[in-house]
Amino acid sequence: MQTGSAALQLLVAGIGTGSIYALIALGFNVVFKSTGAMNFAQGEWVVMGGMISALLFASFSNIGIACVAAVLIVMMVGILSERLVIWPLRRPNTLLITLVSIGLAIFTRSLVMMILGKKPVGYPAFSQTATLTVGGITIQTQTLWIIGLTLAFLVIMHFFFERSIIGKALRAAAADRDAAAIVGVKVETTVMLSFAIAAFAGALAGAIITPLTLSSYDQGAMFGFKGFSAAMLGGVGSLPGAVIGGLALGLLEAFGSFYISSDFKDAIAFAVLLLILFVRPSGFLGRADVVKV
Amino acid sequence: MLEVEALEAGYGSIKVLHKISLRVERGQSVCLIGANGAGKSTLLRSLAGLLRPSAGRILIEGKEIANASASARLDYGITLVPEGRRVFAPMTVRENLEMGAYRRLWPRRDRGVAADMDMVFDLFPRLRERQSQTAGLLSGGEQQMLAIGRALMSKPRLMLLDEPSMGLAPKVVQEIFATIRRLNAEGMSILLAEQNANMALKSAAWGYVIAEGEIVRTAESASLASDPSVRAAYLGL
Repeated sequence: MQTGSAALQLLVAGIGTGSIYALIALGFNVVFKSTGAMNFAQGEWVVMGGMISALLFASFSNIGIACVAAVLIVMMVGILSERLVIWPLRRPNTLLITLVSIGLAIFTRSLVMMILGKKPVGYPAFSQTATLTVGGITIQTQTLWIIGLTLAFLVIMHFFFERSIIGKALRAAAADRDAAAIVGVKVETTVMLSFAIAAFAGALAGAIITPLTLSSYDQGAMFGFKGFSAAMLGGVGSLPGAVIGGLALGLLEAFGSFYISSDFKDAIAFAVLLLILFVRPSGFLGRADVVKV
Repeated sequence: MLEVEALEAGYGSIKVLHKISLRVERGQSVCLIGANGAGKSTLLRSLAGLLRPSAGRILIEGKEIANASASARLDYGITLVPEGRRVFAPMTVRENLEMGAYRRLWPRRDRGVAADMDMVFDLFPRLRERQSQTAGLLSGGEQQMLAIGRALMSKPRLMLLDEPSMGLAPKVVQEIFATIRRLNAEGMSILLAEQNANMALKSAAWGYVIAEGEIVRTAESASLASDPSVRAAYLGL
């Protein structure tokens, strides 16, 4: 393979993986913005999205319906998780929510294992043609689906947060809970909504990556970790940061595992996380709040 | 307009307010003066529904609202301009005003919101100029205008203001108080908590003095302002 086309192929693959990380990172950031805490159940929702899609596909044999239904089911799981675990906290604080979310992750993983089984599951790619050859490089059509659907989701999220009154209420509650309550926003409801969005994003990532990687109950921690690293890289709490961090991590992994060794693929995310924590803990787009007092 | 009877409130086991009673008549401007930590903010926060009182009654036009949520209290026409302004710093001026009308935009859309935003822009032309700017980048005085504008967007009949002069230059304080007087002249009932007792007594008709969570004096502002003990304790004279 020529160097040029190899690089191009890696670029596409990297953007594909990066899209997945971006979706997971977005889930982390949405919950972080509304609660100030990291939700470590995020990765489990990715697995759940993939595994429920597989289960539904086995019964309906329609990938589209299976994935859409699975994502909606996981979104309900996200809402239920918030209502059962976060909402009852009498004095929620960042550390408490983070700790509770770790418990939630372990519980969710066990539940997935008991109900959906231990065996890796999968389903075919969304398009009949598995690969396309364009200009000397071979691309998996599923990668294009991943990039396209992620892009569509991000555009919708952008308009939701910038244009809709509910999206603005979420931003207002994230900026100042008390002030949001003063203008009549029900702050607890915004936390629930942020869990719904995070679960939706995670499940979407799981549903679109499963045809390439299969899905198994024990992948949640790794998905969560990659998404967390991407969120840290881009800047915690920043939605554009999630996209930039996700893509950067995906590309680093793709090029790193090709030019160094594929053994290092997962180590790259760890290395990036450590480096970021040492050099620039606020991430690419993270910054001190601009507030004049 | 507002009647508070034997209100008690606090944080956890610490009681801050002890049997507070006060009244604001319709269209009246009332001030609440007292030192830092006397309980002014706690009282206003309880009135706005950010803090559940442990005992006592809060009546708005005869209706008991002590157990109503913060968002329900907006529907009774009561709104708070909080201490430290608390504008939504990362959002634009326009979005801040829109959020002020949140109860009127969701779940049902009130068509009058756009006209009211125009009215706020007429009241504070500087906000119109900066409507697309991020609120966190405004000056302190502009943020105070925005906080008042945001409160107006809920179409209140009673406005609670917590330390609107805090941290502002004297000239800006004059401007803010002129606006408060103007709103009052147009019929808005006002309850104003201030450490700057001098300004507060000048702009309000009636005054309460609060100390250690209790109302210790109440009288017409003019007579409070000429009272030797009030002058010594709060006016620094």
